[in-house]
Amino acid sequence: MEKRVLAVFPHPDDESFGVSGTLAMYAASGAEVAYACLTLGEMGRNMGFPPFANRLTLPGFRRRELEESCRAIGVRDLRLLGFMDKTIEFEDPELLDERIGAVVRDVKPELVITFYPGYAVHPDHDACGAAVVRVIGRMPRGERPTVHCIAFSHGCERDLGKPDVYRDVRPYLKQKFDSIRAHRSQFYVPGISDGGKRITRELEERFGTERFWTYRFD
Amino acid sequence: MIPIDAETVQARLEALKGRDLYLHLESTTGAYATHHDSSRHPSSAFVKNAVIRYERGTISGSGPYRVGLKMAHGWVYCEGLTHYEESETERLLLAGHNSEGKLAVALQLSPSPF
Repeated sequence: MEKRVLAVFPHPDDESFGVSGTLAMYAASGAEVAYACLTLGEMGRNMGFPPFANRLTLPGFRRRELEESCRAIGVRDLRLLGFMDKTIEFEDPELLDERIGAVVRDVKPELVITFYPGYAVHPDHDACGAAVVRVIGRMPRGERPTVHCIAFSHGCERDLGKPDVYRDVRPYLKQKFDSIRAHRSQFYVPGISDGGKRITRELEERFGTERFWTYRFD
Repeated sequence: MIPIDAETVQARLEALKGRDLYLHLESTTGAYATHHDSSRHPSSAFVKNAVIRYERGTISGSGPYRVGLKMAHGWVYCEGLTHYEESETERLLLAGHNSEGKLAVALQLSPSPF
């Protein structure tokens, strides 16, 4: 199993539903798991259920929520890249690539997990995935880490086919639900957020599999 | 107003960068939104003739379009743009019209006040 894994996502909470079980699995196996988060999600609309944050305090809450999520998952190397929420697609691609490239050079991951560019719905997701793919694509073929992508746009399987990685994360649902619970300004999931710690069969079915498409560079 | 051609608008954004400009930025659900559909929360905002200067301006998307203007200390962001005014040479007028043709959002830049 890979010993160094890097997740790159634009928003605190992007890790929770799609990849936190996978990251927890790697962390439990003894891998070094790093997470580069491009923004603090400071333009988010969810302010808590009921609201406890405002536009000014939201980034601070989200930063602490992200740190709590990382502790739950076992991510020990969290890097906040300091970009502004909703602006990734407008940033200078060279600046994005330089910042993400520096993390890749430092972490030296064998596996990188990000969004599939063009199939991840939110413009920040697509622009984040596109930058990661540019950075990795520029590396010599033999040095490139594997890139696993999350796609969820309508009809993505028409273009991409079925995911080639299906991971059973049921053994890591405690970590995954702790990650979801950590982002309390953003999520309220009945059965998870309302204090119940019991992992039911229904929750296992809903959250127990994580799916990825391996990015093909040629 | 005609449907946005992203390349043309991108060229106009390049031409206007790095100088003081008057900004008109507007987003509206319309005053009757709640009257027509009680589940809708009415929300609108506009800024007229604030002076800004941006160092990087980008249009993106495949329609409706988004524009982001990166300034020294912040950003201007606009989503939902569909049309631009082709007859304007000095100013850039962008608007987003909904399926009924009503204006939902507008982003305008000009060297002189609107």
